[in-house]
Amino acid sequence: MAHIDRRRLLKVSGAGAVAASTGGIAAILASGRAPAYAQGTSLHWLRWSDFVPASDQLLKSKIVPQCEKALGIKLNLEMINANDIQARITAAIQSGSGPDIFYVIGNWPQLYVESLSDVSDVTEEIGKAQGGYYEVSTAVATVGNKWIGVPWTTGGGLVTYRKSWFAEIGYSDGKFPQTWEELRDAGKKLKAKGRPLGQTLGHTFGDAPSFWYPYLWSWGGKEVESDGKTVALNSKETVESVKFAVGLWKDACDEGGLAWDDSSNNRAYLAGTISATNNGASIYLEAKKKPDTYLTDTGAPLWQDTLHAPLPKGAGGQFVFVFPSTHVLMGYSKNQKVAKDFLRWVNSKEIFEQWFTSQQGYSDGATKYWEEDPVWNVDPVLLPFRDIPNKGRLAGFAGPPGRASAEAITKYIIVDMYAKAVQGMVPEASVKWANDELVKVYA
Amino acid sequence: MTFTYAAAPAYAGVPRRGPLTRLLEDERWLAVTLLLPTVILLGMFIAYPFVKGVELSVTDAKVGVPGQFVGLQNFAQVWNDGIFRVAVWNTCLYTAVTTVFKLALGLWLALLLNNNFKGKAFTRAFILLPFIIPTVLSTLAWKWMFDPTFSVINWVLFQLGIIHSRINWLGDPTLAMVSVIIVNVWRGVPFYAISLLAGLQTISPELHEAAAIDGARAWQRFRHVTWPLLLPVTLVIVLFSVIQTFADFQLVYVLTGGGPANATQLFATYAYQIGIGTGLLSQGATISLAVFPVLLLVVIVQLLYIRRVETH
Repeated sequence: MAHIDRRRLLKVSGAGAVAASTGGIAAILASGRAPAYAQGTSLHWLRWSDFVPASDQLLKSKIVPQCEKALGIKLNLEMINANDIQARITAAIQSGSGPDIFYVIGNWPQLYVESLSDVSDVTEEIGKAQGGYYEVSTAVATVGNKWIGVPWTTGGGLVTYRKSWFAEIGYSDGKFPQTWEELRDAGKKLKAKGRPLGQTLGHTFGDAPSFWYPYLWSWGGKEVESDGKTVALNSKETVESVKFAVGLWKDACDEGGLAWDDSSNNRAYLAGTISATNNGASIYLEAKKKPDTYLTDTGAPLWQDTLHAPLPKGAGGQFVFVFPSTHVLMGYSKNQKVAKDFLRWVNSKEIFEQWFTSQQGYSDGATKYWEEDPVWNVDPVLLPFRDIPNKGRLAGFAGPPGRASAEAITKYIIVDMYAKAVQGMVPEASVKWANDELVKVYA
Repeated sequence: MTFTYAAAPAYAGVPRRGPLTRLLEDERWLAVTLLLPTVILLGMFIAYPFVKGVELSVTDAKVGVPGQFVGLQNFAQVWNDGIFRVAVWNTCLYTAVTTVFKLALGLWLALLLNNNFKGKAFTRAFILLPFIIPTVLSTLAWKWMFDPTFSVINWVLFQLGIIHSRINWLGDPTLAMVSVIIVNVWRGVPFYAISLLAGLQTISPELHEAAAIDGARAWQRFRHVTWPLLLPVTLVIVLFSVIQTFADFQLVYVLTGGGPANATQLFATYAYQIGIGTGLLSQGATISLAVFPVLLLVVIVQLLYIRRVETH
């Protein structure tokens, strides 16, 4: 064991402590030594298994050691399937023990408000330094003026489509249908060639709401009024959207989509059985990573024939269903100060940039600063993802993204409204069914 | 002449009995001691969760919020929930159909396995595979086989010229239910087969021989010898199976997530959706508890029937 005398101990611990108390995170980083109070502390950080595996690799191999070096925190990083996070957080809250920090998506922070720590000091510092948070990030991570989580990213889906196949039916130069009518006509032609559009209408948490919520909004439909209580789904606009969806589905879509999960459309696109699908950048990134595996019918790399476009616009506008992600500090954690220091550190420009770069455009930042990041200059095909946060809406529109909107999305009420109509229910009846279900949820 | 025994020294061969030994020599205390581990385990893993579930169901508890007593409000709310009613119907249908098929196929398989043939031991072990493989893994394999785009079943049927367009196994509401039933039957048949086989092996071959000498044919021997003796075992197996199937979760959760449009939603998947997905623990517990009266009724009827069969 190395011998440390009294003089050396004071010198080493003093550097960290003084840096922490006088210069904040910048000084800690500059000193290259962990502050004394945090040394030997471990922190349990639970995240999902990322859709971009390189980012998980980066966290494990670089960020964890850097954290130990910079803050003296031994980071216990655990990654689990996104579907299992809610079960873990529920068990942790009810038992009062578990990970100190959870990574959560969408409006989940609003489900656990009473069990989360106030992290306003951390977020205000980061927001101020990085140009302010997006509205959607703020909406899910605040209650009144209090921050209950530190926003990490935003993101959402765009239509991933085959450039050459759309060119064959008249959309040359990488153009994509601008309206729903245009998309149905294009899809009809493509389906006749055995290249339908692909979209899920099943019970799956990502792709199903990512398509059907913005679809509803683009027709002018909405779940509730801005008071967050008055259910407003049963409207002329919603009924029109359902009627159109039935035709769109039969004429242009792969009807197997009723059973698709979040990975089915990725597989179908990569296998060349569909011409377009609403998704994150993961399909494109996978095709680009394996150019010899995923090929077009002419033998060219599939990624070179892939582009991204926003969902078409309707009478109500053009929208994206945004998935903000947030880190929440659990109220039961005995490492409150250490956890806040870690959140400050990991969200600092120097550290977050490493992770953000590894995402290659799959995620947007939670603050506007990241719109200017060089990552957007690397690949123009991914550039459209940069604008998602500004076009984004959250579930529960026009109300706040609270518990009721989470219940509605968990019960797949909006998705099933379209699924029921596609399966033969009269559109007016399916809208009435969904409206009645929402009334019970928002009661 | 008088003899006194009082001063006789203690016999050295008798061990000295401690207070614990003396206590356990009392049968009442011995019974309590032997039962205690079971009682503790049952209390921890059965009674406590059940009581906690009842407690949650009469409050408005959410994740992290203990909640207030609300009486039967959750039950009224759940009763008026259209998706819950669909789940009730689906669960009953799912349990009834799978139980009939599992029993019929399991019995058939058990009768076959009860014969002597080459490789009997291997076949008996092999037959258990669906039951041994973790449900999540085997269900993922089935999911792949039922995949709307890449279904191997569709491919085979297409190659054989039986179908000309693909079958939307998990996308069509009826076929989705058929699919989850097929997977459940596949997974459950080994349990029936092996348990019934154990029951069959307790039936003395002499009874069959005697019946055969009397001129009974195979079906008559089964109808009048095998079946009556196998009935008590069969009823216990069906009882266990009904309870397990009624509370099935993994299979549907992995295969369809309760979709399309709740066509395969069951009690357990819906309870999970509400309790965990939405954080409404009280309502999740209420949905789970709604299974209890139905199962209790099934258990009472079956146990009464078993007793009747045994006394006759």
